Amino acid sequence: MTRSALLVLADGRFPAGGHAHSGGAEAAVKAGRIRDAAGLEAFCLGRLHTTGLTAAGLAAAAALGHDPYELDAAADARTPSPALRAASRRLGRQLMRAARATWPGPGLDALAAAFPRGAHQPVVLGATARAAGRGPEDAAHCAAYETAGGPATATVRLLGLDPYQATAVLARLAPVMDEVAARATAAAREGVDALPAASAPLLDITAEQHAAWPVRLFAS
Amino acid sequence: MHLDHGHTHHGSVSADAHRPDGTRRALRIGLGGPVGSGKTATVAALCRHLRDTLSLAVVTNDIYTREDAEFLLREAVLPPERIQAVETGACPHTAIRDDISANLEAVEELEDTVGPLDLILVESGGDNLTATFSRGLVDAQIFVIDVAGGDDIPRKGGPGVTTADLLVVNKTDLAPYVGSDLGRMARDAAEQRGDLPVAFTSLRSAEGVGPVADWVRERLAAWTALPAPTA
Ligand SMILES: Nc1nc2c(ncn2[C@@H]2O[C@H](COP(=O)(O)OP(=O)(O)OP(=O)(O)O)[C@@H](O)[C@H]2O)c(=O)[nH]1
Ligand SMILES: [Mg+2]
Repeated sequence: MTRSALLVLADGRFPAGGHAHSGGAEAAVKAGRIRDAAGLEAFCLGRLHTTGLTAAGLAAAAALGHDPYELDAAADARTPSPALRAASRRLGRQLMRAARATWPGPGLDALAAAFPRGAHQPVVLGATARAAGRGPEDAAHCAAYETAGGPATATVRLLGLDPYQATAVLARLAPVMDEVAARATAAAREGVDALPAASAPLLDITAEQHAAWPVRLFAS
Repeated sequence: MHLDHGHTHHGSVSADAHRPDGTRRALRIGLGGPVGSGKTATVAALCRHLRDTLSLAVVTNDIYTREDAEFLLREAVLPPERIQAVETGACPHTAIRDDISANLEAVEELEDTVGPLDLILVESGGDNLTATFSRGLVDAQIFVIDVAGGDDIPRKGGPGVTTADLLVVNKTDLAPYVGSDLGRMARDAAEQRGDLPVAFTSLRSAEGVGPVADWVRERLAAWTALPAPTA
């Protein structure tokens, strides 16, 4: 199918709920770990090499058609924070809704029926790429791009960061996104047991704290 | 393990009038408008007015707190399981217009957990005059402004004032104190809206929400008069 389908899926306007999530950036901004474009870049770099790589592996594996039950369990095992698990399943449901409206077909219908409470977002992302006729590389690229794109958009809103600078950060990180996507795809081709399990403990800890804040702009 | 390809009807995808089991879903009415105009007060008053005769639920879209949900809980206008709060990531209009997925999740979850429901009210976070609801999320929308925000708002127009199915001009009790000319507001609104209705309310009295409640009942009657689901 067409390459342009990838652009539709990766577009920040794709209505899958991501706009309400900061990818941990809100907690990092509050703690003073992100104050400017350099801080955003460092944050995204760390995220790409950890949870981004893990998400990209799961997405690539789902795009290859690996068993979604196994992948969903693999995602659970790689997501120790209950708050992030809940967010991932909720976003998985929201993405599923958009995906079924956009690329309707029996594959997504079956996945939705199998996980009525939502499968993990990277698993749904991979299945969506597959439904759109795109392969594991593209699914992994989408996951990697979201890993940095979410915090970048959130930081523009939270800090009033210059949007040109935020976008330049994403451009500078593009080679890293490519590399992460390539590693994730290679692992996914070896099978579910070979999927990356990199994690970022500080993101898990701050996600739990963030979920308990009484006042916040973003859902996670 | 392989997925069963037999189930093709889990969850609706968009604004289907029917639930996956074929029954008619609840009527969904959105309430939008500038910050502090009285959206939550209208929701609370509507709940008090309608809850004895209808099965109701509310979705709130707070911008950075859970204040609207907490106000409704504190006022006990509905049991807590009938009130859901959606988080909007600093962009209230995105959640009601450009990416409605979180709100659709919330309304469907309410129907699943406390349904069957007749009516779901979706309150947007306070926003600007251009904020309107997607037709994929709600069946009708109410735009709430108030007399204290300036009596030139109806004249300024904008999508909310011009196209909402009902325009509510709230806090009429304050008009004398802020020097707002209600007659002028009514004339300007009529000019912007043609035949679309306008209700002037003051929620300081328990009966103040009456015209809005009457309008909601009419919408509900029209909704239930639609042909019965065939599935
Ligand atoms: N005098 C007067 N005050 C009102 C009326 N309706 C609401 N208020 C008050 O106006 C304030 C704001 O009302 P809300 O219902 O919270 O407004 P809102 O539109 O939900 O506000 P946001 O959700 O923050 O955008 C509260 O203090 C209400 O008590 C009214 O008819 N007359
Ligand atoms: Mg309110």
